Amino acid sequence: MLSNTQSHGKEPFVRMVKRDGVPAKKAWGIRLIGLLLALVVCAVLIFAITKLNPLKVYTTMFQGAFGTTRRSWQTVREAMMLLCVSLGLAPAFMMRFWNIGAEGQILVGGVATAGCMIYLGDKLPSVLLFAVMLIASIAAGALWGFVPAFFKAKFGTNETLFTLMMNYIAIQLTSYFVAVWEKPYGSNSVGIINDVTNAGWFKPLFGQQYGWNVVIVLVLTFAMYFYLRYSKQGYEIKVVGESENTARYAGINVKNVIIRTMIISGAVCGLSGFLAVAGSSHTISVSTAGGRGFTAIIVAWLSKFNSFVMILFSFLLAFLEKGAAEIASKFNLNDYVSDMIEGIILFFVLGSEFFIN
Amino acid sequence: MNSLISLLQAAIYFGTVIMFGSLGEILTEKSGNLNLGVPGIMYLGAISSLTGAFFYERAAENPNPVVCVLIAFICAFLASALGGLIYSFLTITLRANQNVTGLALTIFGSGVGNFFGGSLNKLAGGVGQISVSATSAAFRANIPALANLGTVGDVLFSYGFLVYFAIAAAIVMQWFLKRTRVGLNLRAVGENPATADAAGINVTLYKYLSTCIGSGIVGLGGLYYVMDYTKGTWANDGTIEGLGWLAVALVIFTTWKPANAIWGAYLFGVLYWMNYYIPGLTRYSQELFKMLPYLITIIVLVITSLRKKKEDQPPANLGLAYFREER
Repeated sequence: MLSNTQSHGKEPFVRMVKRDGVPAKKAWGIRLIGLLLALVVCAVLIFAITKLNPLKVYTTMFQGAFGTTRRSWQTVREAMMLLCVSLGLAPAFMMRFWNIGAEGQILVGGVATAGCMIYLGDKLPSVLLFAVMLIASIAAGALWGFVPAFFKAKFGTNETLFTLMMNYIAIQLTSYFVAVWEKPYGSNSVGIINDVTNAGWFKPLFGQQYGWNVVIVLVLTFAMYFYLRYSKQGYEIKVVGESENTARYAGINVKNVIIRTMIISGAVCGLSGFLAVAGSSHTISVSTAGGRGFTAIIVAWLSKFNSFVMILFSFLLAFLEKGAAEIASKFNLNDYVSDMIEGIILFFVLGSEFFIN
Repeated sequence: MNSLISLLQAAIYFGTVIMFGSLGEILTEKSGNLNLGVPGIMYLGAISSLTGAFFYERAAENPNPVVCVLIAFICAFLASALGGLIYSFLTITLRANQNVTGLALTIFGSGVGNFFGGSLNKLAGGVGQISVSATSAAFRANIPALANLGTVGDVLFSYGFLVYFAIAAAIVMQWFLKRTRVGLNLRAVGENPATADAAGINVTLYKYLSTCIGSGIVGLGGLYYVMDYTKGTWANDGTIEGLGWLAVALVIFTTWKPANAIWGAYLFGVLYWMNYYIPGLTRYSQELFKMLPYLITIIVLVITSLRKKKEDQPPANLGLAYFREER
């Protein structure tokens, strides 16, 4: 009997087969469970390090993110930034084009914006200045998206590695401009641009300093949702992402779609550089993008390119960051603990995808 | 002449960090896993070696150099391999997306590194920044008879043993991938896992092992960075992250051949530091010079995709999960 089974060869202990599909409700339930598990693990970890009651730590985090009106708005601003970058990445990812270069696209958008503010701040009327800044940032981001897309479409150059390298070109370019625009001399920073005239700064909207950021990004959220879901171009992106051969057979010009989509992707990321400089920090440095280009990749991926789900994930990550900063300052630790927590949560949510697909 | 020597030395210090990083990543990528967690893994290697050495130096009255080195080395390798294991489990077993998982690992690793690097001493009840002078000295020890040979000694023999270990690792890995049966199998897994599977190669095992061991080697870059480059201290300045991405760039530059990593790494080092040795550069043109390694990598990337030479291409299945039932 025993030899009989052996002669059949080993039967695998578990056999994994792709699921036909999980209802959307159940899928989100599974993701939620993953998230909760991650929070439990983080709580244990925080307890091990600080010996503090984890619940109290989460309360502190909540206070850090939403404790005062000002803090809430900062969290909102942060979430909007992340959301904007994620919106930019969504079309590229949907096409299975791995745009790891958002960090660089944000930076060049920011540099273009800052350049306009510095050189044209006192020369143009406000409305015209904003128009120029907007166009410059979008053009810069689009260029940063176009270059790798062109080579991918023409020669099949690996886009993951290309866009990654473009990040560092952008970082060095930013360092270059920071050195050129340095003010005051020797400080190695640009300082607050137009701090007297406030030219090129977003005006408060509905009495809120970050009102414009919210409005712009929310409009973009709706636009991207409809673009990807209901437009012909959105459909083309989807087909190219599923299978380039199918797309070709259906008469879609794959090369054009790749280049066009990456121009859009880079443009939106460049626009978020505009938001970061004109709408928030009013300065430019190599940390203007601050890793958001990478964090947004995760937001876009986990949201399955659904703009409205991205809002949730953006807020989650913004909350974590602000909250962890609060823990750090309260308990005299450094705020890199937020990256640690973020990493753990991502591992769990990524792992939970297995039970959905 | 003196400045040329110091440029070469700076390039070798710099190059050794990224050489380890790219060697580990080459091994990983040969199995078809594109692990973008390199910077994070370097952080893990760096901080765990520092932590291990820190507790040993605190406990021991007279730290023994050999024990120092062993502890730091083993801690770095194991912690980094563990990082690779997280990545492997998520991407190989749970089939999560490789790019996203790698980036998550980078975020996690840099968080762990910078958090503990900044507060370890405080958490342990000490004052000021962490410093492991005895271990660092052991890592930087050279053979005085050779190091004092004038210019030759300065350029070739003035470094700690990890510099030579990196070169040896590159040569061994080149031989392993090209000349051994296991190396051939590994390349087959990266090129076409379905065929490899049909030929009786355990694809999952190969992917796991190469990713974990590869990550361990990447972590040695972090080890070298803290013990030799920064002399046993920690700075939250994000340098490791930049070096980690440069290591990924170097993998492309070498066209996935470990032996090329030796000169490639030093070349990157020269390119990176050259701006300090060219007279008459303004501070902002220096920044443009630092772009060179990345620009050259892009050019190499484009040229290899243009020439379509078989032996220069990335592993064909790089970045894709293998799902047996989907064949």
